[in-house]
Amino acid sequence: MAKMQSTLKNMVLSLTLISLGASAALGFVYEMTKDPIAAALLNKKIEAIKQVVPEFTNNPNDEMFMLPTGEGDSLEVYPAKNGDQVVGYAIKSYTNNGFSGYIGFMVGFTPDGAIYNVNVLEQKETPGLGTKMVPDGTPEKPEFKDQFKGKNPAEYQLKVKKDGGPVDAITAATISSRAFCDGVQRAYNTFEKGGLK
Amino acid sequence: MSQMQNFTKGFLKENPILVLVLGTCPTLATTSSALNGMGMGLATTFVLIGSNVVISLMKNVIPDKVRIPAFIVVIATFVTIVDQVMQAYVPSLYETLGIFIPLIVVNCIVLGRAEAYASKNTVWSSFVDGAGMGLGFTGALGVLGAVREILGSGAIAGFKFIEGDGILVFILAPGAFIALGYLIAIVNRINKA
Repeated sequence: MAKMQSTLKNMVLSLTLISLGASAALGFVYEMTKDPIAAALLNKKIEAIKQVVPEFTNNPNDEMFMLPTGEGDSLEVYPAKNGDQVVGYAIKSYTNNGFSGYIGFMVGFTPDGAIYNVNVLEQKETPGLGTKMVPDGTPEKPEFKDQFKGKNPAEYQLKVKKDGGPVDAITAATISSRAFCDGVQRAYNTFEKGGLK
Repeated sequence: MSQMQNFTKGFLKENPILVLVLGTCPTLATTSSALNGMGMGLATTFVLIGSNVVISLMKNVIPDKVRIPAFIVVIATFVTIVDQVMQAYVPSLYETLGIFIPLIVVNCIVLGRAEAYASKNTVWSSFVDGAGMGLGFTGALGVLGAVREILGSGAIAGFKFIEGDGILVFILAPGAFIALGYLIAIVNRINKA
């Protein structure tokens, strides 16, 4: 077959046909992957919630509600229930004060307001320094995050030692440590103002 | 050139990263570990093979003056497919690679092979060319990622073999340049020999 000449008709025709073929292929792939993508995202959320609250039997995602932070926006709250008993709340919090801006958290509280655990959902901190906020430690080798477990922000000030608080900052990552405290504090403020206590 | 030579030219002689130095942006950004680098490489390989085959099939019905937009539509389609499939089935890798998956669209390797090879050659040769170039790209990314992971975090494929941290600079951007520089030097030496 001879090569198509670059006339207006040919150009419009061939580009239209190629785009049609492309959209058909994409529509098909979209339909194929829609459900797995939704399932993967939900799974990730549930996994994050599981790590920050005690064991639960309900589906926190179905009972999610929004609570205002008092700063003009709202956070998502996921109640965790074992039977009818509320065992904790997972609050999706954030801070914009990280060393590289935004950090997303899932902060879990027991019903009395104590921090159960914190999960870092999203961060762009410096590898090896600020990223030390992510891992969970073991009793023998605790990590930065472990000092928050079981502490109630009502009496435990969320401030690093440099700012006069009790929190041991990550070495060489004070800004990231401050941002961590800020994100947890935001979750706690929401928790307190929302009357969940 | 035999098909075998056509296939292997992308490995060392015309390696897209180490000799042609194309597509360095995703190379430097995604090779903080061996698996990330190889994931990126395989995604690009799929796009390369797909777009090479389709473009070489359609080379006679694409008028010359609109060939670049036509190529880009084909490439973008394959990239979107990879993007959605990865999001659905390997969400953690998808998250690490982030913006660099959609950016395969503007990767010079893909458009370069479409323009320089697939639009002038048969379907089979274009397939072989895409596979060879893609695997060359994957190999280079894998090696670069492995070097950076070993030096930077003291681990290989996520398995740590030292306590604590490695030489942190290799995980950060400057380390990517340093490692890539040495790799290019070594491959140049091999090619000259």
